[in-house]
Amino acid sequence: MSELVPRAADPIRPAAASPLRITVDGATLEGLQGQSIAGVLLAHGRTAWRTTVAGHPRGAFCGIGVCFDCVATVNGESDVRTCMRRARDGDAVETQDDGTSNDGTEPGERP
Amino acid sequence: MSVSVLVIGAGPAGLSAAVAAADAGAMVTLLDAGDGLGGQYWRHLPPERSSVREARLHHGWPLFERLRERVAADEAITVLTEAQVWAVETTGAVTVRVLVGPADAAGREPLALAADAIVFATGAHDRTLPFPGWNLPGTFSAGAAQALAKGERIAVGRRAVVAGAGPFLLPVARSLTDAGAEVLGVYEAARPLHAAKGWLARPHRLLGAARKGPELAGYLGHHLRRRIPYRLGAAVVEARGEGRVEEAVIARLDADWAPVPGTERTVAVDAVCVSHGFTPRLELPIAAGCRTGPDRFVLVDADQRTSVPGVYAAGEITGIGGVDAALVEGRIAGHRAAGGDRSALRADLRRRRAADDVARRIEAAHGVRPGWRAWLRDDTVVCRCEEVPYGRLRDTAAATAQDSLRSLKLTTRAGLGICQARMCGRTVEELTGAAPASAADTSDQRPLAAPIRLGDLAGLATTPHGGKDTQ
Ligand SMILES: Cc1cc2nc3c(=O)[nH]c(=O)nc-3n(C[C@H](O)[C@H](O)[C@H](O)COP(=O)(O)OP(=O)(O)OC[C@H]3O[C@@H](n4cnc5c(N)ncnc54)[C@H](O)[C@@H]3O)c2cc1C
Repeated sequence: MSELVPRAADPIRPAAASPLRITVDGATLEGLQGQSIAGVLLAHGRTAWRTTVAGHPRGAFCGIGVCFDCVATVNGESDVRTCMRRARDGDAVETQDDGTSNDGTEPGERP
Repeated sequence: MSVSVLVIGAGPAGLSAAVAAADAGAMVTLLDAGDGLGGQYWRHLPPERSSVREARLHHGWPLFERLRERVAADEAITVLTEAQVWAVETTGAVTVRVLVGPADAAGREPLALAADAIVFATGAHDRTLPFPGWNLPGTFSAGAAQALAKGERIAVGRRAVVAGAGPFLLPVARSLTDAGAEVLGVYEAARPLHAAKGWLARPHRLLGAARKGPELAGYLGHHLRRRIPYRLGAAVVEARGEGRVEEAVIARLDADWAPVPGTERTVAVDAVCVSHGFTPRLELPIAAGCRTGPDRFVLVDADQRTSVPGVYAAGEITGIGGVDAALVEGRIAGHRAAGGDRSALRADLRRRRAADDVARRIEAAHGVRPGWRAWLRDDTVVCRCEEVPYGRLRDTAAATAQDSLRSLKLTTRAGLGICQARMCGRTVEELTGAAPASAADTSDQRPLAAPIRLGDLAGLATTPHGGKDTQ
């Protein structure tokens, strides 16, 4: 399980950041100011949030914005690299399922 | 009037280029896609979670602080962060197209920037060779483990293995342990003899590499102290689990990196962190017309000048030499881009020779060997985005006697997904033997350096060059 280093146990003891809340598919997740959206998810032990066309789970892989595995819909905008996007209080994140396109059609029906 | 210099990328190479250019009297613009400076090497906590002890996670942190303070304070240097360069135009002066704002957001501010000289310092990302299960959640590139530990204080797992090739595996293991993870082992594909030949040839030369020698010695000391096994000639050949990684299969490798049958053993883990080297981020220099060499790095002369007048390159896009190479190349590029005199560079030219030597040793000791293909199975995904399995790729290449990379990609869809072949491009070329028709047809060529939303594209009075959109 991925996790955030507990502040008290962290040898470098980062400043106590104020909390923030985002929703992921409607459920509220607590995070800290300055975390990326992927960081908030990983801190909650979630390592997968996207579903591929073939139905397989994916999460963060490269961590630096080059693999695009970690994309999600953020405040209505699809394909946001969550490892590159800082979480903001109130962000509404929806996970993406590439097996169904946004308009609800099956992949075979796509042009 | 002073010369204007545009530096793209604010890692070690770009930061030192910007400072050197300002020292030589230029007006400098330094931009980076990220929202902080330091690049991959000095990736650090955001200001909201800063730490006075952050130096403990880094090498050369005081130098980074000096560079960061300097670029912030110097009136001759303008710093733009969250500035994604997405295209380069070469009609007339080389112009870069930039979107400024939160990553991948719609409605970011568009900019078109040109200057008397441009320094590309876009760095590299780590390369992971495919293995069965590398697409399971819980498998990360080693760089991801490093970036998340340094930049967010996230441990990607509690029980991890680190594997692949190259000296980079050591700082990754260190960062993971510092973040509280248990590292069960570091598995280096190079065999002892091979590694020793690369590193021990002409040892006196290593002394010239200022930071790298002591840094590597420090990691080895750390390994012994913490008793993390460091195995040469071994690899993670499979990751297994239901929906996420639960086990890693480790095998001994022969000198060509082929697994030795019967040596497999399984360990229970929740994270597998793998990197087999680095791939330079070449799309911008290639779009600008810069020539690349046979080893697929940007070709530069003694002044870090590329084949395009007024365009310089520094850091890992010119070769994988680590932070010392990036810093010295940046200084030379920035100084010369600003029109600085060459005679001032004598010491830096000497340092660059030492850094080049480190780059050659890394390649000689840890360069990818062809035997790794033996750990692939027919259903092992090679292209992560389009989920193209190895069997289909191999059979298509064989059936059609493909010699054009482009047609092979169109038939199999390998490399046509949203990452634009950043993850699998070189692997697909290697596995199929499909030759790029020309340098401009390699997987390194990407008309758009980053996906851009249709709405934004329509709003920009520019000719789109084609390429994939995200919407
Ligand atoms: C994830 C990761 C972690 C690493 N950690 C270590 C480590 O701990 N120790 C070590 O010895 N080596 C590490 N390395 C190796 C490292 O790449 C080099 O040591 C060093 O950072 C290279 O410096 P550079 O300036 O050439 O490139 P980088 O440090 O990679 O800097 C390049 C910069 O360019 C920016 N950029 C790229 N493309 C664009 C664009 N289109 N528009 C705008 N900006 C752009 C990037 O955001 C980045 O900040 C790491 C590499 C990776 C990939």
